[in-house]
Amino acid sequence: MSKKLLSGPYLLWMIGFTIIPLALIVFYGLTDKEGVFTLENILAIATPEHRKALWLSLGLSLVSTVFCLVLAYPLAMILRKRNIGKGSFVVFIFILPMWMNFLLRTLAWQTLLEKNGVINGILSFLHLPAQSLINTPGAIILGMVYNFLPFMVLPIYNVLCKIDDNTINAAQDLGANFFQTLIRIWFPLSVPGIISGITMVFVPALTTFVISNLLGGSKILLIGNVIEQEFTRGSNWNLGSGLSLVLMIFILISMALIAKYDKNGEGTAF
Amino acid sequence: MGQSLIDLLNVSKSFDNALVLDDLNLSVKENTFVTLLGPSGCGKTTTLRIIGGFEHADTGKIIFDGQDISSLPPNKRQLNTVFQKYALFTHMNIQENIAFGLKIKGKSKSYIDDKIKYALKLVNLDGYEKRSVDSLSGGQQQRIAIARAIVNEPRVLLLDEPLGALDLKLRQDMQYELIRLKNELGITFIYVTHDQEEALTMSDTIVVMNQGYIQQMGTPEQIYNEPENAFVADFIGESNIVPGIMLQDELVEIFGAKFACVDKGFGSHVPVDVVIRPEDIDLVPPEEGTLQGVCTHLIFKGVHYEMEVTTPNGFEWLIHSTDLCPVGKAVGLRVDPFDIQIMNKPTSEDEEAQGVNE
Amino acid sequence: MKRTKDSLKRVVENFYLVIILIFLYAPIATMAVLSFNNSKSRTQWGGFTLKWYLEMFESSATIDALTNTLFIAFASSLIATVIGTAAAIAINSMKKTTKTIIMGITNIPMLNADIVTGISLMLAFIAFGISLGFQTILIAHITFNIPYVILSVMPKLKQTSKSTYEAALDLGASPLYAFFKVVFPDILPGVLSGFLLAFTMSLDDFIITHFTRGAGINTLSTLIYSEVRRGIKPSMYALSSIIFVTVLVLLIITNFAPNHKKGGEMI
Repeated sequence: MSKKLLSGPYLLWMIGFTIIPLALIVFYGLTDKEGVFTLENILAIATPEHRKALWLSLGLSLVSTVFCLVLAYPLAMILRKRNIGKGSFVVFIFILPMWMNFLLRTLAWQTLLEKNGVINGILSFLHLPAQSLINTPGAIILGMVYNFLPFMVLPIYNVLCKIDDNTINAAQDLGANFFQTLIRIWFPLSVPGIISGITMVFVPALTTFVISNLLGGSKILLIGNVIEQEFTRGSNWNLGSGLSLVLMIFILISMALIAKYDKNGEGTAF
Repeated sequence: MGQSLIDLLNVSKSFDNALVLDDLNLSVKENTFVTLLGPSGCGKTTTLRIIGGFEHADTGKIIFDGQDISSLPPNKRQLNTVFQKYALFTHMNIQENIAFGLKIKGKSKSYIDDKIKYALKLVNLDGYEKRSVDSLSGGQQQRIAIARAIVNEPRVLLLDEPLGALDLKLRQDMQYELIRLKNELGITFIYVTHDQEEALTMSDTIVVMNQGYIQQMGTPEQIYNEPENAFVADFIGESNIVPGIMLQDELVEIFGAKFACVDKGFGSHVPVDVVIRPEDIDLVPPEEGTLQGVCTHLIFKGVHYEMEVTTPNGFEWLIHSTDLCPVGKAVGLRVDPFDIQIMNKPTSEDEEAQGVNE
Repeated sequence: MKRTKDSLKRVVENFYLVIILIFLYAPIATMAVLSFNNSKSRTQWGGFTLKWYLEMFESSATIDALTNTLFIAFASSLIATVIGTAAAIAINSMKKTTKTIIMGITNIPMLNADIVTGISLMLAFIAFGISLGFQTILIAHITFNIPYVILSVMPKLKQTSKSTYEAALDLGASPLYAFFKVVFPDILPGVLSGFLLAFTMSLDDFIITHFTRGAGINTLSTLIYSEVRRGIKPSMYALSSIIFVTVLVLLIITNFAPNHKKGGEMI
């Protein structure tokens, strides 16, 4: 009995600082400045500028997620193979950048991509024409892939490590070649990790305002930038909350996917 | 029996500089049940994995039906494996598991369906097509693993301690099941185990291995009754291994007493090792025994009594007998000539490594 | 034949690993090199210097931000560790349904987008009448740190066998004594890695701090953000390099400290 009391401070804390704050977003999102119920803040997503920002966010984050998946899966497979019987140091090296302050990681790319940055410096040294690299959607995708790649690698790697070598051997034993094993065994068994990885890349990519701010310039607005500006500059909290609610629909879909495909928490990265 | 189907020629393999197999030669005949038997780390599983194609030998060749398959990947070999912990595909149901190999080969749906039915009937699990892997017990999963392998009609079935995870009763049932399967299918079984009883029950041929060497190869009777060295004698069943001196053909001296035996050709006055099985020692009144001793230990085992009789030199003889000799009582020991097995003592250190080295 | 094929495969794999490593580390390495560059240009090497590091340490804004960051990271992870460990012990002894619900709530701050967490906390602080400043950053950090502690401690608790605790009681120990002498040593590695994980997450956070800080207070992250928008100064590279090395050391301690759980799973 007394043991349960130990959860008291935690429950109070979660109610005060997780549940009530989320409830407030819902409240602000569904009311106007006078506190009267309205759907206007949510429907505001349909205005051309908001819609454009949302589509752009969805597009860029989807492309980044696909890139991350394509890069991460072979990497995770190689790491699994290399890690057997050794310490996890090799893996550690690949996960490490995930823990670097992501502002700094983005700052690093700014340094490389800028008009008089490192890459253009090298190009001019080679007497090649300078490229406009920064402030393009491409630069944002690069920033997203760079920032979030480890979030894709880690859950896939963790799930692959749980696959028994003999399961793979059995498939080969029964006549499957590398690609047949990949499609019939590796992929289906690593679905929890893949879904978890997709969510961990897609959600932050969809909602980012920092990467677009630093690598996309002021011309490219993502939905994250719109919301951030409503709170820090425009101070229309109701509109910001309403747009956040729209964003949360996508987050909820991701959470539902995880709940469905990763019931045992196999693909968790933390 | 037919001619040899698989030959391992001078196969060596080491992991991280530790030699696991040292110049191994092994020949397996068609349609036999061959068991690789030995303690863990003896190289038996590595041998099986080399035959299956999951490991590559550092040196040597694997010949299958006259062809060198040393460099073929597992999916190109005409043999199938039943893995230690079954290695079923947990994301597929039973039917999909069994159909896996046949689908890869592009067989027709009706052929696959027939095969699944046939295989499930063979392993006594008819009607389990749609069940999930998780819903089966260990023994059932094992049967499915066997079914999944045999539908591909391999010429050789490799089994890696398949019964290791099962409890005793189930293990005994499965032993009979495996013998029946082998006879019905008429294919070669290569079976790996560390359980000597399992090996004796099922095999046509037993290969006893230790530290990467083959210690002895033969029928269960040969291995049990005529162990070639102390390791085999000690590993297969219980035994009394004592030093002796071969006085002449068919006469050996043990602890000063002369025993008649049937072995010849060791020379005269040559030190040898003598193996006598506990059940082969007869308890007689002291004056009738070749050796005399006092019973120092007695346990009732059900089928027989297990006793220890200490002879004056301090050696404790292990004896299994239905005759009871109470603790403290003097007793005579007698052994029939054909129950005494004489072995050469290892002469060099190298021979020692290949033989007794526990 | 098979062996040459194997070694070819290995070469391809190594090549892939190296390419990804370059992709991951080239930007960080570039910044580290530039932090020692005497010239302000990003393309010309003007000789080795430590002046950017000096400039960084002489700036009172940077030092203030550094102090704030470290203090908030330490205080928030310490408080989160206490609350989280207590909660984990309680949750572990709960019925399955209650457990599922509470773990679901625990997962919210981890799965939710940082921007939403940040905004929601900001709205709450204003609604509660707590003025935005140091204390709100601290509360926010505690909030997102607790789940990491719980998720580090829970697996250790599950491994702890109930019978050792019961054995201690059987031998006459009081429940409290039994807990600290028998259970706590078992879960200590989880508690410690939870603390370090929380500390690292707190050091690393920008988005939530961005929304919950008041005017005039900065952590390193928010300072970098405001500076970067004004244009990159080389002293930022010096700061980045220092942070990178710090995080590296912390992570090596967390992951390779003795007693850390073995196997493929990494925090």
